[in-house]
Amino acid sequence: MEWVNTIIQGILLGGIYALFAIGLSLSFGIMRLVNIAHGDLIVLSAYVALVVGQNTGLDPISSLVIVVPVMFALGYALQRGLLNSTLSGGLLPPLLVTFGISVIIQNGLLQGFGAYTHRLQVGAIETASVQLPGGIAVGVYPLLVFAVAVCAIASLQLLFYSTRLGRAFRAVSDDADTAELMGIDNRKLYAVALGIAMIFTAIAGILFAIRANFDPAAGPIRLILAFEAVIIGGLGSIWGTLLGGVVLGVSQAVGAALSPTWQILAGHIAFLIILILRPNGLFPRTRD
Amino acid sequence: MTLLRTQNLSAYYGDFQALFDINVTVEEGETVAIIGANGAGKTTFLRAVAGALATDPDTVLFDGQPIGDKTAHEIVRFGIAMVPEGRRLFPSLSVEENLLLGTHSERAGPWSLKRVYELFPRLQELRRLPAPSLSGGQQQMAALGRALMSNPRLLLCDELSLGLAPVVIRDIYECLGAITADGTAVVLVEQDITRALDASARFYCFQEGRLALSAPTKDFDRAALTAAYFGL
Repeated sequence: MEWVNTIIQGILLGGIYALFAIGLSLSFGIMRLVNIAHGDLIVLSAYVALVVGQNTGLDPISSLVIVVPVMFALGYALQRGLLNSTLSGGLLPPLLVTFGISVIIQNGLLQGFGAYTHRLQVGAIETASVQLPGGIAVGVYPLLVFAVAVCAIASLQLLFYSTRLGRAFRAVSDDADTAELMGIDNRKLYAVALGIAMIFTAIAGILFAIRANFDPAAGPIRLILAFEAVIIGGLGSIWGTLLGGVVLGVSQAVGAALSPTWQILAGHIAFLIILILRPNGLFPRTRD
Repeated sequence: MTLLRTQNLSAYYGDFQALFDINVTVEEGETVAIIGANGAGKTTFLRAVAGALATDPDTVLFDGQPIGDKTAHEIVRFGIAMVPEGRRLFPSLSVEENLLLGTHSERAGPWSLKRVYELFPRLQELRRLPAPSLSGGQQQMAALGRALMSNPRLLLCDELSLGLAPVVIRDIYECLGAITADGTAVVLVEQDITRALDASARFYCFQEGRLALSAPTKDFDRAALTAAYFGL
């Protein structure tokens, strides 16, 4: 029963990792952009929520109403104003530019907020739990986060396969030059794509900041977790991203059950094993 | 009424000049063939007109307007659609989704899904299948249909016959008649000279990036064409 418990906790932990990964998966899947600043954008969202909360008194969840549009606008502007001009020159320019953005965000946050750790508070729900048969207790908050992750993935699925915009995203991902010849404005579409990626990043950032402390340097580790989830699931695969997060979460939970010092390492080991056995991930989709 | 006019059109791939001072005109509703050996600049010409290659604004005039500096997606909105070489359907989209992608230019006109399916009934049966599962001929029909969905005034066709069986090529060229009947002008780029000349009123022969010969297809000197084609 203890192992069942461990696995359930691991799956739920995977929800937040999947949320970390969605934004990265979108920007890579659509425009082949490896966004090194992704983790810092997650942390930036948490700070935006912090500021919104301090100034308006909104609780962190309600602050999404403001944080989501702000992050969408930031993503749109970032792609339109800066990243679009890096995409024609191969893989290296976007890597270097987003690395630069990462440094700027981290230091900007350090300058503005200091190195203190913060946390967003939502009250009793943080510690509430439900009892499952067999004496397993499941936290309401992790359950909620997992449900949000599933809904996020499902809404992306709907966006990609049932809307005009999603069709354009898939076409551009297949063959950007031909899409342009068919009348799609790739640069504008890319800006919308990063904007949408930032919507999920904002949600991930706030949900993460409720369950854990954050500080200006918290970004890179989120980036690594997001990367691992994306690669385990298979580049460009929507449901694979959720699965990647779950695999990572379960590995960490199992590692932690063996010995608390093994938690983070177990996730990385699982990632390396999958990278060796299935270099394209569990559900590869992206063609090159 | 002249629909497309290129004036001393030159195009470059980096430092390499691929087109030299090309002057081509296409009248409204006219079908024009562009022929030439491999590397003559036929595809480059189409890409320059379609905006995939940057050129000087005044070197390409469409309906009197300079469009040489417009980007590819802007040019589709003017009414120029491309059927790219090798079809270039989107592999992760279904046949119908590929066709619908042609509507992103948001041009009004006679072409709709219904009308494309009337022209190519096979595509309607196959509409839910992923594009790569179609045969070469069916893919070519889908690529034509996708271009038509943008309701073009000028259709640029790059190597329609490439890699297709003669009987399939014949079918596709028959459909071209239905397309031009609406008054859509067509530029055919072909290596299959006979096929291209049969379907068009005039032709241009390119050779190493330069215009070597232009003549009506009804009445021209075979020897001159051979010379222009091979550069003898």
